[in-house]
Parts: sequence; C-alpha cells; structure tokens
Amino acid sequence: MEIPGSTRGRVFRGGPVPSVRIMAHTISVHGLRKRYGRVRAVDDVAFEVGSGEFFGILGPNGAGKTTLLEIIEGLREADEGEVSLLGLSPWPRNHALLPRIGVQLQASSFFERLTAREQLRTFGSLYGVPGQKADAMLEEVGLTDKADVRVEKLSGGQAQRLSIACALVHDPELVFLDEPTAALDPQARRNLWDVLRRINTEGRTVVLTTHYMDEAEALCDRVAIMDAGRILRLDPPAALVRGLDAPTRISVAAGTLAPAEARALPGADDAADDGVSLVISTRDPSAVVAALSAKDALTGVRIQGATLEDVFLDLTGREYRA
Amino acid sequence: MSGFKSLSRAMFLGFLRDRGALFFTVLFPLMFLVVFGGVFGGQTTSKVTVVQVGPAPVLERAMAHGGGELAKVLRVERSDDLDGSVRKVKKGDADAVVQQQGNTLAVRFSAADQVKSGTVQGLMNSIVQASNQAASGKPPVYSLTSQRVEDESMTAIQFFTPSLLGWALASAGVFGASQTLVNWRTKGILRRLRLSPVPIPTVFGARVAVSLVVAMVQLALFLGVAQLPFFGLQLRDAWWMAIPLVLSGVLAFLAIGMVIGAWAKTQETAQTVTQAVVLPMAFLGGSFFPLDASPTWMRTLSYIFPLRYLNEGMLNVMGRGLGPASALPQIAILLGVAVVGALVAARLFRWDSA
Ligand SMILES: Nc1ncnc2c1ncn2[C@@H]1O[C@H](COP(=O)(O)OP(=O)(O)OP(=O)(O)O)[C@@H](O)[C@H]1O
Ligand SMILES: [Mg+2]
Repeated sequence: MEIPGSTRGRVFRGGPVPSVRIMAHTISVHGLRKRYGRVRAVDDVAFEVGSGEFFGILGPNGAGKTTLLEIIEGLREADEGEVSLLGLSPWPRNHALLPRIGVQLQASSFFERLTAREQLRTFGSLYGVPGQKADAMLEEVGLTDKADVRVEKLSGGQAQRLSIACALVHDPELVFLDEPTAALDPQARRNLWDVLRRINTEGRTVVLTTHYMDEAEALCDRVAIMDAGRILRLDPPAALVRGLDAPTRISVAAGTLAPAEARALPGADDAADDGVSLVISTRDPSAVVAALSAKDALTGVRIQGATLEDVFLDLTGREYRA
Repeated sequence: MSGFKSLSRAMFLGFLRDRGALFFTVLFPLMFLVVFGGVFGGQTTSKVTVVQVGPAPVLERAMAHGGGELAKVLRVERSDDLDGSVRKVKKGDADAVVQQQGNTLAVRFSAADQVKSGTVQGLMNSIVQASNQAASGKPPVYSLTSQRVEDESMTAIQFFTPSLLGWALASAGVFGASQTLVNWRTKGILRRLRLSPVPIPTVFGARVAVSLVVAMVQLALFLGVAQLPFFGLQLRDAWWMAIPLVLSGVLAFLAIGMVIGAWAKTQETAQTVTQAVVLPMAFLGGSFFPLDASPTWMRTLSYIFPLRYLNEGMLNVMGRGLGPASALPQIAILLGVAVVGALVAARLFRWDSA
C-alpha cells in the first residue's frame, strides 16, 4: 500500500525513499467514544497507524487529543469502541504490551527529590535498562549538565525533556508523545525534532499531538485534524494543504503602503495592516511581488503559502486558536 | 528483581532528602524520649533529699551501715544554717530538714509533696526503729522483705522507651503511607508507573521495604539513646522480640495509612484524617501514660487500636522481662490488621485522581 506523501517525509530525513511499505497496523482504533458528563471528549474516532509511521494529532485546546491518546495507551477506558496496539488490547493494563511502548504524558510527573540522572535511571531500571544507557539518553535530550539537579529545580522545558527521555529510555517500538515541544525553546525544539526523526528512521512508530502546524508539517507522515472529539481530516500534511483553495499571504513592514493602496495592487484580493505588518492576500503572488518591487516596497517581505491553519479554518469555519 | 531494588533506592533517597519527614519520624520522637525520660527519669524521682543541720549520729550511722540500699532512696546534704535549710524545704529544693537533739531525731518537712513527705517520715521512722533495735543489742525478731510486682528496674524509662517508640512508628507509618499514596496519585506518579511494566505489588513492596528499614533505624536509635547512663534503660532478655513486633506493627500502620491514602482525594484530607487516627491512638493506645493506671473505659477502648498491641508487646519483652513467646499474640493481631488493611486499601485503590 502506498502512503501518499510519505516520500516527503523520507526526503526530509535524507534517508532512503521506500515508496511502497508493508503496512502492518501498529495501532488500530474503531468507533472510539468517551464522554465526561455532557462533554464528548472523544466522539466516534477511527483510524489506523502503520508500522514505522510518524503520526500527528493536531487540534486546539480541549479537542480531545489527550483523552484519545490516553485511551490508546491504556490509561483510560473507552465508553465504546476498540483499540488494538501491536495486535494487543491496552485495557486492562497489559504487561505484554507495556515494555514495547513509551509514553510521555502531557503533565510530567517524577519521583520526588531525585536528580535528573537518578530519575531516568530509576525509570530505565523498571525496563531492565542499564545505567549507562540511561545516561546516554540524558545526553541525547541535552540534559547532561543538569544530571545532578533535582527534578523540582528543572525549568519547565528541561522537565519536559526529561519526561521525553523517560519515554524513550527503553527503546520502545511505539512512542506516544503528548505535546512534546510545548514548553521548549526554539533550539530545544529543533533538537527534539532531530531526536524524533532519528528514532522514527530507526523504524519506530511515533504518535504525537501538537498545537504547532509547522511541527506537524515538518515531522508527520500523516496528520489527523481533531476538533470537539472528532477527527475532521486525516491526510499527509502536503495533501491537506494542496487540496485547499487558500490564498497566499504576502507581508511587508507595517506602514509601507496604505491598506487601500495595497488592496488596489494588481492581483491583490485583500490587505490589512495590524500595526506590525501589512498582509496582502492573493492568488497571484508573482503579480503582487512585482508590483511591490516596482514601488520599492519589499522591506521585510515574507511570503507564506497555505498552511494547516488554513486547513483548520476551512474545516471548522473558525480561526485556529491553539 | 531490579525494579524492586531501584524503586526502593529511589524512595529511600527521596525520604533521606526530605528534611521534614526525617525530623518528624526520627528526631521529634527522640526529643520526646529525652524530655519524658529526663522529667520522669527512673531513679531521681523516687529519691528524697534531706538536709542535716548539725551533727546527727543516728542518721550518719544509718547511712554508713545502710549501704547502697538506703543511698538509693535517700540523699543527705549537710548545712549549719537552720533557717536557710527550712526555706529550702519550703521552696521544694529539699524534702526535709533533720536535726538530732539529744536522743530525738527532729524532722521538718513540707506537706506540699505528699508522696515525698510520706517517704521522708517513713524513712526517718525506720532509721529510728532500727537504731533502737540495734541499741538493745538483741537480734531482730521480725523482719520484712518486699518486692514490686513489676521487675525492680521497671522505671519510667522502661515504660517510655517502648511506648514512645510505638507512637513514633505509628505516626511515621500511617502518615508515610497515606501521604505517599495520595501524593503519587495526585502528582501522576501512579499513572506514569502504570505505563511501565512494573507490577504494582513491586511498587508498594518497595515503599514498605523503605518503611521497615526506617523503623529499624528508629528502634536502634531509641534503644541506643535510652540505654545511655543518664536514662538508664535496662533491656530484658527477650528484648529482641521487639524486632518482629516492630516489623509487624509497621505493616499494620502502613496498611491503615494505605486505606486512608486510597480513600482520600486530596493531600489535606489525608493529613487531617491521619491526624484524627494517630493522635487518639497514641493517647488511648498507651503511648503517653500507662494503661494499667487508666480508667476502665479507657482500657476497654484501647483494644481497638493496633498501637496498643505493639506497645503492650514491646513493654512485655523489653521492660517487664517476659519471655519471647509472650509477644506472639500481639504479633498475630498486628499482622491481622495489616492483612485486613491491605485488602481494604486494594479495594479502594485508584490509579488516577480523575
Ligand atoms: N478527567 C476529566 N474529567 C472531565 N472532563 C474531562 C477530563 N479530561 C478531559 N475532559 C474534557 O474533555 C475534553 C477534551 O480534553 P483533552 O484533555 O482530551 O483535550 P486536549 O485536546 O488534550 O487539549 P489540550 O490541547 O489543552 O491538551 C475537554 O473538554 C475537557 O474539559
Ligand atoms: Mg492535551
């Protein structure tokens, strides 16, 4: 079976390009529902994730991403529906499955008063992982210089990285990450992307949730867009954007042109100045750029094609507010 | 199993680095022992002090011949200042002033402390009687021997060492277990562990192992301090039975703490309920005063508290000098409480706070 768009991901990683992959379903979910009182946190969700796939779940706060993930991991029981992980059922607690999966929860939790190294070594030992392996993992998430700092004294992002290290320390086949980059600075975020790409290239299946469109675009083979408990679309990021009739946005420094003048440029559909930049929407970007260039008004120009944000807007009729 | 070892290690480190827990489980009860042992300490309280003004051959001879026995209960100071000595007695710094006027031994005492004044009069009276008898030159016809029902060295420290230790173990056990369990649940450590392959009995086993080790340290510290010459604890032959008693006591208290921790939703609730259990248990379980001297209703009520059995068992083998087998019923009861508590806690157990 051909995964549309998988090529893109492979190229990104600089690895070989297997255009055809055998899809053993690592995760398969059917008719999943979970209600909290009147809230339908997960509402009739079904999808499959193939072995070695990088799968993203994208959605605003309260969309049901965490609930969905925790049901799949076996932390919560679904009201209805079926989950199968690596051919096994995660509920009730399944000892055959647990060593094969690695989970980073949205809220990190650690043993109290241990240092980062002690923490990771303790978690590793629960899986029979030797101490050196745990220390290497610490290095991988860039925490070696914080090895002897107590977990309570780590910054939010450092704690998050430690929590991710705890999820990866035993080389799981299947990795779940709930907003892994939420608290990370741009540098740490890029580093984590590299780590995740590498473990995925090694053949591990990765499922992550995120608020960041760029993250989903950069990492995921396929993205599920989720809102109000439902999966609205599920496709490779490129296919999601390609199918969209969305304008290109060209922005220049605020005040470069009056909005009315900008709107009158050839090819411009609309223009607005938010005080930081003047944004011109267009379906003919080259005409607009040429016109701006003729007016010598290209200071700070940025051109952005349709993004997943547009996809979300298109699907829900709402602006994406993560 | 390596999971068990590393979890125990992690929890033990966590405990050692928790200054508050260290203070309340180890130092605080020791302070009580020092205070109680010092205030009510064995020999000093039963000794009476008399001030001898001027020469008093009757008393001097008695002290010389009475040897160690009399010196254990009577201390004699000398002074030439009668008024000053009387003032001393009034203030309670001495128990009586003694003068010999001819063949009369004159004793002035304060009635403020009835026990002491009684002891002083009794002592002086027996000294006079003994001197009369000696003066007659005949051997005594009647003699008296007396013995306390407890062992002779059953002093305050013999009581306070086991019973304060019992209180320390009870509060460390119940608090430790309930706080740990609620904390692990509310902080999400339990759900994180649920995702690891470690069996849940291993997690709790590790916590129990840490508590048992800490309890052994508490026992050693208590016995060490109480045996210092200042406190003068004398361990009886079967004192080592305190070890299995302490271990089974700790299991019982942990089980009670687990029930509270499994039931309580928040740390505050757990803390309040724990206090509401531990304090009455310490009072009515005989940790702060001997149950033998308490009203009947109190003694009856004490039977519902596991601490009572631990205290009683330890007192029997450490203080009263009963044989090792005497502690077996108490151990059985404590283990029973542990089993029942663990079963109830397992029924109430939740991984998640929501
Ligand atoms: N334990 C719970 N009890 C009651 N309601 C809950 C519970 N957990 C989640 N919900 C509700 O279910 C919905 C989905 O929550 P969920 O945490 O899955 O969202 P999310 O997509 O992960 O959001 P975020 O991006 O903020 O992490 C929300 O409306 C939330 O209020
Ligand atoms: Mg979430």
